[in-house]
Amino acid sequence: MSILEMRGITKEFPGVKALDNVNFKVSKGEIHALCGENGAGKSTLMKVLSGVYPHGTYDGKILINGKEQSFQTIRDSENAGVTIIYQELALVKDMTIAENIFLGNEPKSKGLLDWDTMFKEANVWLKKVGLSIDSSEKVSNLGIGQQQLIEIAKALSKKCDIIIMDEPTAALAEGEVDILMGILNQLRREGITVIYISHKLKEVMKISDQVTVLRDGQTIGTRQTKETDENGIISMMVGRELKDLFPYQDNRTNDVILELRNYSFFKQKRIPITKNISLKLHKGEVLGIGGLMGAGRTELATSLFGGYEGKGDGSVLIDGKSYEVKGPKEAIDRGLAYVSEDRKRYGLVLGMDVAQNTTLASLGKISSLSFINQEQETVETEKFNAKMRVKTPSIETKVMTLSGGNQQKVVLSKWLMSGPKILILDEPTRGIDVGAKQEIYKLINELTEQGVGIIMISSELPELLGMSDRVLVMADKKVMGELSKEEANQEAILKLATGGEEHEKPH
Amino acid sequence: MKNRISFKMDVRAYTLIIALLLIFVVFTILTNGDFISSRNIANLSRQMTVIGILAVGMTLIIVAGHIDLSVGSLLGLTGGIAAILQVWYGWSTLPVIIVTVLAGVVLGLWQGWWVAYKGVPAFIVTLGGMMIFRGILLGISGGQTVAPMSESFRVIGQSYIPYLIGYILTAVFIVFAFLMVGRKRKRRQKLDLALKPASLDYGTMVVVAVLITLFVYMLNRYQGIPVPLLILLVIAGIFVFISKNTTFGRHIYAIGGNQEAAKLSGINIKRNVLSVFVIMGALSAIAGIVLTSRLNAGTVGAGQMYELDAIAAVVIGGTSLMGGVGTIVGSILGALIMASIDNGMSMMNVAPFWQYIVKGLILILAVWLDISSKKKNAL
Ligand SMILES: Nc1ncnc2c1ncn2[C@@H]1O[C@H](COP(=O)(O)OP(=O)(O)OP(=O)(O)O)[C@@H](O)[C@H]1O
Ligand SMILES: [Mg+2]
Repeated sequence: MSILEMRGITKEFPGVKALDNVNFKVSKGEIHALCGENGAGKSTLMKVLSGVYPHGTYDGKILINGKEQSFQTIRDSENAGVTIIYQELALVKDMTIAENIFLGNEPKSKGLLDWDTMFKEANVWLKKVGLSIDSSEKVSNLGIGQQQLIEIAKALSKKCDIIIMDEPTAALAEGEVDILMGILNQLRREGITVIYISHKLKEVMKISDQVTVLRDGQTIGTRQTKETDENGIISMMVGRELKDLFPYQDNRTNDVILELRNYSFFKQKRIPITKNISLKLHKGEVLGIGGLMGAGRTELATSLFGGYEGKGDGSVLIDGKSYEVKGPKEAIDRGLAYVSEDRKRYGLVLGMDVAQNTTLASLGKISSLSFINQEQETVETEKFNAKMRVKTPSIETKVMTLSGGNQQKVVLSKWLMSGPKILILDEPTRGIDVGAKQEIYKLINELTEQGVGIIMISSELPELLGMSDRVLVMADKKVMGELSKEEANQEAILKLATGGEEHEKPH
Repeated sequence: MKNRISFKMDVRAYTLIIALLLIFVVFTILTNGDFISSRNIANLSRQMTVIGILAVGMTLIIVAGHIDLSVGSLLGLTGGIAAILQVWYGWSTLPVIIVTVLAGVVLGLWQGWWVAYKGVPAFIVTLGGMMIFRGILLGISGGQTVAPMSESFRVIGQSYIPYLIGYILTAVFIVFAFLMVGRKRKRRQKLDLALKPASLDYGTMVVVAVLITLFVYMLNRYQGIPVPLLILLVIAGIFVFISKNTTFGRHIYAIGGNQEAAKLSGINIKRNVLSVFVIMGALSAIAGIVLTSRLNAGTVGAGQMYELDAIAAVVIGGTSLMGGVGTIVGSILGALIMASIDNGMSMMNVAPFWQYIVKGLILILAVWLDISSKKKNAL
């Protein structure tokens, strides 16, 4: 019998019908994957289930163990045994790991916080998710992947029957994904039910028992994982066959567009965040950068783009002319663009609308004498929305309300609009559905055809291998080695990434 | 479906106007109609100008994610400088105005530099400024009231626009506003953007036009449109335009909304924040000039607590203290609401302590309404 059943769920937002009569059934103790394109309504369905949207703001019924539920708050759903890990991390950055894990459930003795117990128990949960950090560490000192694992530890500590994970692996590196898979298997053995949302179909195939697919707010169907394959899920998701996920094209030329010679960067003048990096990027080339979390890839990109205060060392040449790291403005003027890995923090102004976000880095292009030409703004935004297939009710919709994948597309639009010569993509397809992924890869081809040089930082090895002309592997803020298209494979990359210095603990 | 979206966005403005009308009706009844007498309307609009001007600048400051606690002292000091230059040194009006506004700009630069380039929180810098500027005022004036101002200086805060010119300005404004609405509709239609029904757009305009005409008629029945009100309207108009249509305005909203994303989009945070404080300084000086002119004197206590009124007006007008969200029109309405409460309660001879209590309660109520309506919309 099913532990959870959602019947005829319909949820409307102003201007959008996010869920349209969705039916969803989950059996006890299974890992049930929920798939669908960006904006299909996965997160919304789970928010309905977990009481984020209280009973009465949607139509339809939620049954848990056959009993009808009417959650008013998240607390209610937790009491009924449902815990959710959101797609967007929801940790308090300035608190310790332990405080975050027990936020709202703090262990107390005689009415006062019992810190010792808290740290001790938190450490146990940390071990369980494979983290060897002390729980008195502040969350702000952790990378995104580690934060994601903390979220999972937090959910586990709540002792529930149903755990919802909304894209838990989007920010995880390969090794961390393995840890998570281990945790999921463990949960299955313990009879805990998991609802698993992911765009990574390989994982879905590997771990899940059943798959339900949503499209445009409607249930397309549920399949036994054993009885289907990746292509089967994809065609349910997008309504057509999708061939050739990595449409690699060789557009390399011999003109060097960016060259780094012994480039180091020091934050606050002292702390090195990149060490002695030398690399060359050619026009029309995709240079992949692989490595483990904390290898210094993002730091290299951010520092080149002028995102840090500090001092550079060595030399950087753009188009053969020297380039001094000053700030993002200068970087943009020299033709650099940087799509950061953390779109909410570094990519978007959530309270602004789609148009305003799209044009934010190129206001100069749509204004004269600093007066914005709204007409041009609209036209340009529409152009990029169409190109990127951003799913939004209108260009005047706040990006806050877009689904995660569509937000990512808006960030890409923003940087395409700036017309870069060198595009740095940091985890460009994080949280993006397969269809959109392929569109982004096609876009990469289109850009390299026009001679744009692309640096692609990615923790997804298939993507790195599938789209790069060359792969650099970084570890401990240094370049460990370079692999040509022919040499590059999973083992070679991992060997370089873990070789050299043993285990570099991310700060 | 598209229509519903854009309608929602205006709800807040309508709420403010409805609240304002309600306040007007209540006071009119309680004062047996005296509240909407021509004379009182003129008074009221004069009273709101100083806070209104401050609220315009404060909106930008708060939208950028900062706060300015010094505007009351800044206004007092610049107003004092104006009075001293004219009364003690015999300067004529125009140079006094120019130098006073420049003084405001310099003081704004000082504060903006600390906030933007030295990274000291605006709360601290302007709290310091609040004391420093008041101290300087006390020092240079020796604690005396500096009076009287020249005839030409008094024009700024005390005089009225002749009837005929008042009506002409009104007519020009209304025609202009209709043309703008038409233009905007045409543009949105062309771009296939959400469009309110024509009847709603033009209907609103007709109501606004009638209200404005009525308002001007009332003012003209007394002595005409007060010059300070006109100053406020011009300033507000300029900054509404700047905030909506210039890159500077866009940058301010982006910085307040997400400073890190703004920075990585190539926006110069420091320079923009500095500019906002400079603008605030200049507007405080203008407000100081208006106040000194109206009081016909520079006094040591001028502008005390005005910063709080200005912040309250901005917040009532829907600007979020978190930054990134807010409109100047809202702030002006907020200032009008605050001034109406002051004015109405004084007319009823309510003891001043009640005025504080009521204003405080209104502030809390307004923000609560705002928050709860947002919650509802989000779900
Ligand atoms: N608070 C909101 N207000 C308005 N519209 C919303 C809101 N939340 C979600 N939507 C809309 O509902 C639809 C479904 O969004 P949802 O976040 O559930 O998608 P998703 O399947 O999780 O996509 P992704 O894979 O990109 O995370 C989208 O069109 C989105 O724009
Ligand atoms: Mg989602």
